[in-house]
Amino acid sequence: MATKTQNSRAWLFVLPVVVLVAFNALIPLMTVVNYSVQETFGDNVFFWEGVKWFEQVLHSERFHASLLRQLMFTSIILMIEVPLGVAIALSMPKKGIGVSVCLVLMALPLLIPWNVVGAMWNIFALPDIGLLGRMINGLGIDYNFTQQPGAAWFTTILMDVWHWTSLVVLLAYAGLRSIPDAYYQAAKIDGATPWAVFRFIQLPKMKRVLTIAILLRFMDSFMIYTEPFVLTGGGPGNTTTFLSIDLVKIALGQFDLGPAAAMSLIYFLIVLLLCWVFYTLMMRHEAQ
Amino acid sequence: MGLSWMAWTWPTAAFFVFILLALVAMAVWEWRSPGGGPRRGILGLDTTRGDRLFISLLGSAFIFLAWLGIYGAPWSSPWSTRCWCSAWCRALSL
Repeated sequence: MATKTQNSRAWLFVLPVVVLVAFNALIPLMTVVNYSVQETFGDNVFFWEGVKWFEQVLHSERFHASLLRQLMFTSIILMIEVPLGVAIALSMPKKGIGVSVCLVLMALPLLIPWNVVGAMWNIFALPDIGLLGRMINGLGIDYNFTQQPGAAWFTTILMDVWHWTSLVVLLAYAGLRSIPDAYYQAAKIDGATPWAVFRFIQLPKMKRVLTIAILLRFMDSFMIYTEPFVLTGGGPGNTTTFLSIDLVKIALGQFDLGPAAAMSLIYFLIVLLLCWVFYTLMMRHEAQ
Repeated sequence: MGLSWMAWTWPTAAFFVFILLALVAMAVWEWRSPGGGPRRGILGLDTTRGDRLFISLLGSAFIFLAWLGIYGAPWSSPWSTRCWCSAWCRALSL
């Protein structure tokens, strides 16, 4: 027999959130949809263009290039931050004052505003006065992130890893701390190796929090704007111009609201699709 | 201040009315027949009615984009994309 899946009164409690989301997400989204099919030269005058902007964006080499850069950046930082975050969480102390010290240290990068992170790393990595820049050049490696695409990518990735690995660490650590001691005791009795403990106890128990961590990092990195904008401004050339930077250049720099709106919607659909695929695959794996 | 800054058009308004009506219809359906109608479809996923609506809409959006990207506008036949979307939605509901 079918049963009610939820308590209808709960809707009353989520009503304030629904209203808030309507104002900060749905209304702007509806406006973007409206802009995406029209042309404007300002003064609230619009001309119907149909799907012209979507076609233009889909055939734009500039869009393809920034999408490719974005996918590469997201893939690289996920491949670094997730294993590194888990490794740091595993090496953190389990009890004593060290726990509080480590947690505070880990939380610090997350508390710094994104534009400040960009400015910090900009100064830190400058080849003439920055500590990192001078150190790398001192090792005999020619490094200048303002002129070399490879150095710009290296610095951007390093900055993101510094800023966001802590999030993975904190989530993974929370997952690790929720494992009852009985599991470890049973593993010890069976003579399990540290790798076996990680593979068959810790990793499965962390799967749920790691799902959230990967999803959050994927979404954040796929929509990254402030940090690379402050650090490199999308340069040198366009080598670190990710999707959101390109979008802002089109919308505000060129005031092409129609193409920018169409690009925003395609961007939004890609994020939605990838998030759904990630979530479905991980939930399916968990169910199995 | 009116809503002129939102630049409404009849086609986009109709699109959002359709989405709203679909959500209302789904809510009424769930109220009349609770449980979400779970089913394992052609994707091999356990989905509820809401999941199937979401996947249908998302898939349809990508079918339109793919058609536009491959064939461009003016569309050789707008009905072709509608047929593909209908087939996609029908397949999901099986």
